[in-house]
Amino acid sequence: MRVRRTFAKWLVVLGVLHGMVVCAGFFAPYDPVEQDRQSPYLPPMRLHLLDAHGHLHVRPFVYALRLRESSFDQFEEDTTEPHPVKFFLRGARYRLLGFLPLRMHFFGGENTRIYLLGTDAYGRDQFSRLLFGGQVSLFAGLLGAGVTLFIGWSIGAVAGYYGGWRDSLLMRVAELFLALPWLYLLFALRAFLPLAVSPLEAFFLITAVLGAVGWARPARLVRGVVLSAKERDFVRAARGFGASNGYLLRRHILPETSSVLLTQAAILIPQYVLAEMTLSFLGLGVPEPVPSWGNLLSGLQQYSVLVSYWWMYLPALAMVPFFLGYLGLASSFEERGAVYKIESRIWGM
Amino acid sequence: MKKTTANCKCCGIRSIVLLLLFVFVGHQAIAFPQEKIGKEELLVLPGEVGRAGGRLVVSLRGEPKTLNPLIAADARSREVIGVMQADLVHINRATQQTEPALAKSWKISPDGLSYTIVLRRGLKFSDGQPLDADDVLFTFRVYLDENVHAPQRDLLMVGGKPITVRKVDEHTVVFQLAKTYGVGERLFDGLAILPRHLLEKRYEEGKLGQIGSLATAADQWAGLGPFRLKEYVAGQRLVLERNPYYWKSDAQGGRLPYLDELVFLFVPNADAQVLKFQSGETDMISQVGAENFSVLSKQQHGYTMVDAGPGLEYNFLFFNLNDSIEKTSPDIQRKQKWFREVNFRQAVSAAVDREAIVRLVYQGRGAALWGLVAPGNRRWGNEKLPHPARSLDRARTLLKEAGFSWSNGPDGGSTLLDSDGKSVEFSILTSSTNADRAKMAALIQDDLKQLGMRVQVVPLESRSLLDRVTQSRDYDACIMGIASYDADANSDISVWLSSGGLHLWSPSQAHPATSWEAEIDRLIEEQMSARTFEQRKKLYDRAQEILAENQPMIFLASPNILAGAKNSIGNFHPAVLEPYVLWNVEQLYLKNGMENATR
Repeated sequence: MRVRRTFAKWLVVLGVLHGMVVCAGFFAPYDPVEQDRQSPYLPPMRLHLLDAHGHLHVRPFVYALRLRESSFDQFEEDTTEPHPVKFFLRGARYRLLGFLPLRMHFFGGENTRIYLLGTDAYGRDQFSRLLFGGQVSLFAGLLGAGVTLFIGWSIGAVAGYYGGWRDSLLMRVAELFLALPWLYLLFALRAFLPLAVSPLEAFFLITAVLGAVGWARPARLVRGVVLSAKERDFVRAARGFGASNGYLLRRHILPETSSVLLTQAAILIPQYVLAEMTLSFLGLGVPEPVPSWGNLLSGLQQYSVLVSYWWMYLPALAMVPFFLGYLGLASSFEERGAVYKIESRIWGM
Repeated sequence: MKKTTANCKCCGIRSIVLLLLFVFVGHQAIAFPQEKIGKEELLVLPGEVGRAGGRLVVSLRGEPKTLNPLIAADARSREVIGVMQADLVHINRATQQTEPALAKSWKISPDGLSYTIVLRRGLKFSDGQPLDADDVLFTFRVYLDENVHAPQRDLLMVGGKPITVRKVDEHTVVFQLAKTYGVGERLFDGLAILPRHLLEKRYEEGKLGQIGSLATAADQWAGLGPFRLKEYVAGQRLVLERNPYYWKSDAQGGRLPYLDELVFLFVPNADAQVLKFQSGETDMISQVGAENFSVLSKQQHGYTMVDAGPGLEYNFLFFNLNDSIEKTSPDIQRKQKWFREVNFRQAVSAAVDREAIVRLVYQGRGAALWGLVAPGNRRWGNEKLPHPARSLDRARTLLKEAGFSWSNGPDGGSTLLDSDGKSVEFSILTSSTNADRAKMAALIQDDLKQLGMRVQVVPLESRSLLDRVTQSRDYDACIMGIASYDADANSDISVWLSSGGLHLWSPSQAHPATSWEAEIDRLIEEQMSARTFEQRKKLYDRAQEILAENQPMIFLASPNILAGAKNSIGNFHPAVLEPYVLWNVEQLYLKNGMENATR
């Protein structure tokens, strides 16, 4: 019961986080590629309730930022006029879930632009870019992990169930894949592709590469489970009654791998999100101006950005709740897996 | 490792000895025997008198390839060679005028075809061997030899014929030109006079191209510059020492250069240069990007950052206008139909927000650009050249006139379509190591999106970028930057001429592809042989106008020259011409002796 509750708790956390990213258009106040050329590298604006005169406002507000006198990149708040934060107002066009054209945004300012996480070198809103960037990064992670698990599952099952030379061959190939320096392989692969890759192509390329590279580990795990499952009494019994290989795999053996697979998925997804970020950080991911979490961080490769604009690090922090969520889910899967262990299921019945 | 520390100790001891000498002997002598100066015709430099001794450390972005002026093509090699060699007539980087160097004086014949140059007497190479007219003859023989493939050869071809050199006596040579040459004596700037006694044997063996590696033994290499080779540590540094025979002195008769040693540290990139300078490991820094400049300006501990004003670098966008069918793919040929349209190029130019580039890329430390002559070049710019403000409306009108149309896309944003109904999409190449140009590309991408063009930015390693543009010619558009090496118009000649290698939109043409390129060729050729500055300027102005009308290069912006030095460095006056801070290296000195970088 307790296990089930923590499980649900993590699912809700992840659901909310993903919901925000999926509905990025609604939660983000601005178009992620729109450049506000008057305000590059603007620091994050603070939300206030108490104004400069000490009056309490019901509605949170921000102060516009202006350059501090005799400085070229230090900003201070212009406290003459508070700009209240408006909710559910019309703004830039976007498509919710990719098809629903809308203009409604969760929040925004009326006469001023509100930059909760500051702006980047081109004056683009970091908060909007973070949400939209999550779409690319998280989706690449999910899809990549899905592909990996599918490949790993099929190969592991074949190797474990049929054994013999197939097992040896597949496992040697798996070891080869584990040993590959995949980051450098990617550099080599990128060199052979055409110069200009559209964002969509780049996205599928990353997903395909991530998916194809990492299957060895889940394959070995699945093989182990299949290996032990196929020697169990009820499997032998079924085979004795004349069950075919396909039936045995489908009905008795592969269901045993489900808890391993789910745990693996929860561990792999954050890993793959991180991998996508690494690729984009190095310039192998989706091209500008499309945001992804790795792209957002790639500005940090410049020393001047590293020491001058602390808010450029914020996208790195944003992934922490996602990772915690997935890892929490993984551990509760493991506990849940223990409840559904084969013996307890059989003896409990 | 041991060796290097021992060396350092040695230097330390030597500088202490020098300092002691200085203290005891007092001002006049400064350890240079006076009677020698009497025999030699030294060049006396005006300006602040410094004190002798010490070492100066600067960083280089990567290792120079060679010390040999005959094969040096990269900027780093040229920078190092610049302080080891000297020329007959030199362009003063501060005044941008020519002044005597190894040549004491020169005379131009009334017909403008022969230059009589008189060498200074009693000059010696850095290994102590005397310089005479034979060295000059040998030098020009080598530069003009087709088998040597010296990059200087093209400069010495006037009117299609090589310059001839004749010796009159030990100290006088006459240069004979086939045609009058507008640039005049500026020609001699940067042409290092080579030591015949060291190179003649290798030249006759045909092995000149193989000598002058950085690992050359110090006694096997000599020049007439202020510094000579001392030590090279692969991957780390190049140490040069004072040339005791250098031919310049300060106003009080003290022989230059002041510094005992000049050290070039090799670092991988611009950020590493900034870090080394910030930590005090190097004494000077130049070619600083605007963002790094403001980082360095924020906390000036013992150093000063200087904005020397607009330089001669121009950044521009250009489209692939190459003609050769067999080299371009069908896809590029299809896109070239747009690129060849003058209206299309003008529309792109009208849509580019140059002010935003200056503000966002250079943080205001630069200037918007509408022509090839950068604002740092005060004499050659054409003031009448139009500087149209950004106008998307004008861009749209131009495109409409050329038969382009717009489709109303699903998002309300529209896509630009050509006359065949195909959407206009292309990619822009930039160098992946140049953050400034990558930023420009991102801004232009957004500018052109507002015209409905779909542009992708492709960062590429700079060598493969150059290879694509000049060799395989497999690209749509590209952003590049060129820094003129001289304020004279002729320094950009290979950009102007259709046969030039830097005529980037369609380099090294056998015949000019268009009538306006032919017209520019004619103007530039005529300008070369015009005698007066006014005549040349008029022709050059016209060439600039034609370029602006046709927009083969869409000029973007020009950065200021940003540099910095420790406060202990005297005579630090960054110039807008290369080499920005080392141009007066012989006059640089350390104000309080020992307090500079130790390595």
